[in-house]
This record gives sequence, C-alpha cells and structure tokens, in this order.
Amino acid sequence: MNPTRKRRLAIVVSVVVAAVVAVGLIVFALQRNMNYLFTPSQVQEGQATQYPTFRLGGMVKAGSIQRAADSLKVSFIVVDDAGAMPVEYTGILPDLFRDNQSVIATGRMDSGRFIASEVLAKHDENYMPKELKDAMAKAHENRKIDDKAMKDPQP
Amino acid sequence: MANWVPLWLHRLGSPPVFYRFAGAVRPWALGLAIVLAGVALYGGLFVAPADYQQGDAYRIIFLHVPSAWMSLFIYGAMAVAAFVGLVWRIKIAEVVAMESAPVGAAFTFITLVTGSLWGKPMWGTWWTWDARLTSELVLLFIYLGVIGLYHSFEDRRQGARAASFLVLVGAVNVPIVHFSVNWWNTLHQGSTVRLLGPSHIETSMLWPLLTMMAATKLYYVASLFARVRADLIASEGGKGWVRELLAGRDGDAA
Repeated sequence: MNPTRKRRLAIVVSVVVAAVVAVGLIVFALQRNMNYLFTPSQVQEGQATQYPTFRLGGMVKAGSIQRAADSLKVSFIVVDDAGAMPVEYTGILPDLFRDNQSVIATGRMDSGRFIASEVLAKHDENYMPKELKDAMAKAHENRKIDDKAMKDPQP
Repeated sequence: MANWVPLWLHRLGSPPVFYRFAGAVRPWALGLAIVLAGVALYGGLFVAPADYQQGDAYRIIFLHVPSAWMSLFIYGAMAVAAFVGLVWRIKIAEVVAMESAPVGAAFTFITLVTGSLWGKPMWGTWWTWDARLTSELVLLFIYLGVIGLYHSFEDRRQGARAASFLVLVGAVNVPIVHFSVNWWNTLHQGSTVRLLGPSHIETSMLWPLLTMMAATKLYYVASLFARVRADLIASEGGKGWVRELLAGRDGDAA
C-alpha cells in the first residue's frame, strides 16, 4: 500500500472509530432512561414516579379481564414475575388482547390504579400452524400428567 | 494494486469491463428474482398454514422480513463499497456505493409501510416510537441523506466522496437496528429467523421466507447493475469506450 492510500485509510478508519465511540457513549448514556416501558414491579418500586404518563408492560393475568355491560370500559390486571397492577381502559382493544397475552398500556397512575389511554398487544417471535401448537399443548399436558403419576407413590 | 487481488477482480474495476459484465448478469438476475418471488409468494400465501396466534394476518411477513433484511444488507454492501472507494479511489466502488442507496431506501420504505400495516391489526397501532421502529426510520433518513449529498455536488466524484463518509458514519446505526430488540424493551418482538441456533418458525413457513430472501437479493443485483450502467454512461460520457459503444449501437440500428 502506498503512503497516500495509507494516509486515506488512517483518515477513514479514524472517522469511523470516532463515530462508533460517539454513538456508543450516547447509547450507553441513554440505556437507563431509554426504556420504552416499565413493568408492574418497577412501578411499585417507584421508578416511574417522575413521569406523569408512561407505558406499563406485562402479561394480562388469566381470568382478570372484566368488561362493563353498558360501555367499552374494561379492567384487567397486568402482572410480571414480581408485581401486579390493576389497569382500567375505555376503548377498542387489539385482536390479540386476551388472557396471558403481553400488553403495553400507555397512561397515568390514579390512586393505585393505572388509567390507560392506549393498550397495545405484544406478540412473540414464534410462528407455527395451529395444529402444531395444539399438539404441543397436548404433549405438554400429557407430560404434566405423567409427572404427577410419577410422583404418586405406587401402590 | 496488490498482488493477491485476482486479475479478473482487478479488471472488473475498469468501467467498460464492468459495464459489459453488469449487462450480461442483469437479465439473469432479474429473471431469476421474478421466478423466485413468484414461488415464494405462492408458497407464502397459499401453501403455508395460518399462524396459531395471528391467523392469516401474519402472511405479510413474507414481504416485511425480507425487505427488512435487505434494508440492512444493502447498507452493509454500500458501506464496504464506500470504504473501498474512499481508500483506493476505485471509481466502480464509488458508483456501486452511491447507486445502492436508492435501492436500499426503497426496501427500507417497504419495511416501514408493511410493518405499519401489520402493526395496526396485531399491536393496535400504526406507529410507535420504540427502539426498533425508530432506528429503522433513522436508517431511511440516512439513505435519503446519502442520496441527497451525492446529488448536491456539481462533480459526481466529489459528491461520492462526501456521501461515502456519511455512509461510513451512518453504518453505526446498522447494529443498533439489529440488536435494538435485545438491548431495550420494545413493542417489536425479537428475531424469528436466526443464523446461529434454531429459528422460531415452522419449516412450512420458513422456506417461502428464505426463497423471498434469495429473490430480493437477486433483485438488488439486477437493479444495482442497471443503475450502475446508467451512471457510468453519464459520468464517462466523454470517454472513448462510451463513444464507441454508442457508435456501435447506431451502426446496428442502421
């Protein structure tokens, strides 16, 4: 490589390194407050108190969905592995909203309840046909029964 | 050039040789891309089963995900070409980098539009400022910036050099787009198809996706080569080989 090219290479590499370091520092600095959402346990620890409105993310607790008979008002409980938060929402919910679905609600706290202005459903990265899902669920259930049978003392 | 570079690659750096090579490859790449895209669409829309969770609505994945892959892949190709162009001042590398940008911008735009159409029924919103969506939007703006910077100079090579620096600086966004779903809590789910380890998609749904990926790659080659040929004709207009080429064409027509 001749000296001119070596010099150009040095300039180009230093520009790229400078850009990477600058963006790396920005990303590192934003890491803590660039969270899209708070989980119920984070909210209960008081991490979201500084925000008038924020996003709450977690799973819809199975059996907690209660719909009002005369309006679009719906209340449910969002849980994560350590906390739970009652949520109230009035409006149309996405197709995927149901028990045990991950949801992200935007809204504010009002005396211990989360009043949502928007509820979004989050889905996972798995794609499979319904038959396969059913078969897997069945296999899972069967195994549970087997496990139970194994634990039972044999007569 | 260094000795380890094979002669054919060295020769490909010459505009008339690249022009002829691109002209020979382009129709094959385009034809194969159309055939593969047809197979992939048939496989995705008619053969693949409906998803257990999203039903038939998931089928937009066969456009959305290959486009998203291409938006990042083309940026990578453009960054490599820009780097070679900046250090070695190889004209073809500069032209390849600059003519990749509109194709990449188009795929990024398709990714954002199909993602938005998918997001409304499934998530419940057209758009949200989560890390994956925002970084993909930034990618579109970088592409548009590269195109704009290239065309804002009177001298094409000067424009290519300035825009190449923007390409290299903007390259830091590519890993951010890819890893955004792991680094931050996002509404967008994680990667379904993985190079390392098992993919989270059933085989009957995976093969149309991979076929579409091959089709989009070939389309990129075809589209890029057509653009590079046009760019070369414009920028080398005064050179002997272009004059010979055009004279030859006229001769054929007469």
